[in-house]
Amino acid sequence: MFLGPSLALSAVLFALGVVGVLIQRNAIVVFMCVELMLNAVNLTFVALSQLHGISGQIMVFFVMTVAAAEAAVGLAIILAIFRHTKSVDLTQINLLKG
Amino acid sequence: MNAVTVVFWCFAAWAVASAVLMITRSHAITSALWLVSTMFALSGIFLLLHAEFIAIVQVLVYAGAVMVLFLFVIMLLNLEMEPWQWRRWPIWVFGAGLVAVLCASLVSLRSYTPERLAQEVSGLSSAVDPAMIFPDGRAAEAAARSQGVVGAMAEPLFRSYLVPFEVTSILLLAAIIGAVVLAKRKL
Repeated sequence: MFLGPSLALSAVLFALGVVGVLIQRNAIVVFMCVELMLNAVNLTFVALSQLHGISGQIMVFFVMTVAAAEAAVGLAIILAIFRHTKSVDLTQINLLKG
Repeated sequence: MNAVTVVFWCFAAWAVASAVLMITRSHAITSALWLVSTMFALSGIFLLLHAEFIAIVQVLVYAGAVMVLFLFVIMLLNLEMEPWQWRRWPIWVFGAGLVAVLCASLVSLRSYTPERLAQEVSGLSSAVDPAMIFPDGRAAEAAARSQGVVGAMAEPLFRSYLVPFEVTSILLLAAIIGAVVLAKRKL
């Protein structure tokens, strides 16, 4: 049920996440767009788990765990960068640029 | 078109509208609140797709814990409002190409059946029984009816996926230690 529409919705949400990562300049909002992409992938897993069994939902469980760990570490890195540069603007963080 | 379909499309429109608003806001707090809205809409869609446990965990873990962490950091940094600025155009062409490739690969997923998936997996390695890892959707539905929604998920989680589950706990431990070390004022 809803397999095609769910996959299409998931693709749209993933695309919106990619667009957000590319157009936003605030590091925290870019990070939230990554979370949106992870959510879109979760939707694909859940939609296909109707067809291929419960394994898809278990994968979503693991994706959520990894996303939580990623959010904690990523936000700590953003905090450390903010202490260093006094900004979370991605165009200002260019120390490694040649 | 029955009532469930109408509800599905309402949730889908809600999710897409919230996501569009999220990526176009210039203030981080507004973006975060629209992302919470997207996650609630997705949780409703998970319910319609008969993934009740995932729907509840989505609200508890994503909309609850992860987004509180985001809001906490945004308010801790106390950023001033910055004027909205679009990025340069080459990055748009790159993004459009990436999105087209991803959509094409998602569309090609529709031709998959459990038999084809099992055949491709067993072609890669014959060590595991594909029927155990990729049981048919109907078998999962019967399991949910006899064991309950959480029971049907818990059994494969603690049998087939026990080692990944334990590895996840080590990952979380590493993330906790890493976050504390990175966020400390003096390393």
